[in-house]
Amino acid sequence: MATTARKKSARRRQLEAVALYPLDWLEERSGLVGGIKYFLFRKVPRDTGWFHTLGSATLTAFLVQAITGVILAFYYKPDPDSAYESIQAITNDLTLGWLVRGMHRWGASVFIILMFLHMARVFLFGAYKYPRELNWIIGVLLLALGMAEGFTGYLLPWDQTAYWATVVGININGTAPFLGPFIAQFLQGGTAIGQNTLSTFYSLHMLALPGAIMGLIGLHLYLVIRLGVTSPPWSPEAAGRDRPPAQPSTNGREGLIRPGSRGGANGS
Amino acid sequence: MSSHDTEKPHLPPPSLWPIGFAIGIACILAGLVVSWIVAAVGAVIAFVFGFLWIRDITAGVRQPAADVDPEVRRPLRDTGAPPAAQGEAAMPVMSDAEIEAYPRSTFLSLATLGLGGVIGGIITVPVLGFAVLPSFTNQRKPNVDLGPLENFPEGQFIIATYLEDPKVGEVSRRTMFVRNNGLLEDKPSFTMLFSRCVHLGCPVQPNGIIDSEKMKRVGEHNVELTPVLVSNFGCPCHGGQYNTEGNRTAGPPVRALDRAEFSVRDGNLYLGEFYSVGKVEGAGARARIQKYGHAVPGVHVDGIEAWLYPIEVPG
Repeated sequence: MATTARKKSARRRQLEAVALYPLDWLEERSGLVGGIKYFLFRKVPRDTGWFHTLGSATLTAFLVQAITGVILAFYYKPDPDSAYESIQAITNDLTLGWLVRGMHRWGASVFIILMFLHMARVFLFGAYKYPRELNWIIGVLLLALGMAEGFTGYLLPWDQTAYWATVVGININGTAPFLGPFIAQFLQGGTAIGQNTLSTFYSLHMLALPGAIMGLIGLHLYLVIRLGVTSPPWSPEAAGRDRPPAQPSTNGREGLIRPGSRGGANGS
Repeated sequence: MSSHDTEKPHLPPPSLWPIGFAIGIACILAGLVVSWIVAAVGAVIAFVFGFLWIRDITAGVRQPAADVDPEVRRPLRDTGAPPAAQGEAAMPVMSDAEIEAYPRSTFLSLATLGLGGVIGGIITVPVLGFAVLPSFTNQRKPNVDLGPLENFPEGQFIIATYLEDPKVGEVSRRTMFVRNNGLLEDKPSFTMLFSRCVHLGCPVQPNGIIDSEKMKRVGEHNVELTPVLVSNFGCPCHGGQYNTEGNRTAGPPVRALDRAEFSVRDGNLYLGEFYSVGKVEGAGARARIQKYGHAVPGVHVDGIEAWLYPIEVPG
């Protein structure tokens, strides 16, 4: 094995140079390769686990929503007379339409659930604390925008459930003090739900809200990369502090919060 | 301000007045073509800014310079001579006083930001207006003709559904519960309840026997009139209940059912403006109705909670 590798090394180097040339070309002119390496191969604490993948899972769910949404928009007609029929056509007539619509429909719930799980992980691990408060706030905005996506998307099938759920949802907005009635009328695009509501919701659902979500996801990731990933609370490498790893606990109280022996076992 | 003034050529301090003056002149020129009002406004602008500009320029001439202490400033160049500063030896040496308090670069960057803001505003404001205003303007609908009066026997509730805007189609179908209360002092009286639940806007249903075989279609708004024997009205969504005057009897609604004005023209019944109702006392033609502007469902129109909604939504 080793001898053959050494024998072919000149040829191999040549091949590698050919393969890497485009990457080098790109790197020299944009720095993108280095940037992507920096993004993907950054250091994370030793005892991160599956819980830390919830954020990436949420991102994946969002990307699935974005891609299936774009494809659904090929065939969906945001018009009161044809919206319901176009959804029926997507589901029943178009090849694999049922699959893409199903992915979008169930993926929406998956996205929301994953956001909540990710939020719970961050909360329970204390990962929202200094210096990551701002990222928590951005996450809350993302949650709100995600819920708004759910609310606006729910109307689009334009069946009875969609219609009356949106009537109730808009009127709940309308009961907010002071500006509530104005928000309700703006969302309806008039004094009652009608064709303006459908096109308003469609526009918000596929342009305004996803754009805002993408921008905020960019900020969210930027802060994750800048500030790094937090260790779990049981980690010997506690977040933001240089502690000696797995010292024998002399303080009885410490064992309750941070079982030293378990943390050490996890860490190594 | 002491000895340096005589050594360097006199430069007027940076000033914004010439810009205003120039805008004024431009307005005058534009006004000559467009209208004299614009020219007059331009003249006022040019005069005010010209006056301020002249006052600025002549400040040194009109009065002797006040005896001001020289401005104390963080020394820029004399701090311990970092090695990198040696390269600047060839540059002309400026004393601190010569470095202007408001340098050109600051002015330019502020001007760029300001102009960018103005341009952004000019673009954004109408776009935002277009995003928001159509929901609040031209919302008044034409009065719908519900057909001849003989379709509304006295004391009988009729479910009247109609297309608010026939061009839009079925999505604009609305439902009224109409009852002819007979004549009151030789004037016709109708109770016209709007079916939208005042809890959260679901369609209120009549609890009673609907005589759908006697359904009639009239008018260009696709009006459908169906007689019904009503004991009360109920909402399927969250269980709000109303009596035949529209007063809440149970459930979460916060006021009585909305109503509409009516008019009778050429023997036909017409819908009028919608309004919201706090409470109805009495019944039928002699009912005393607490009338308010048409409000969104779920919004209190009377009592202390009404203070939460001080501004009536236009349209």
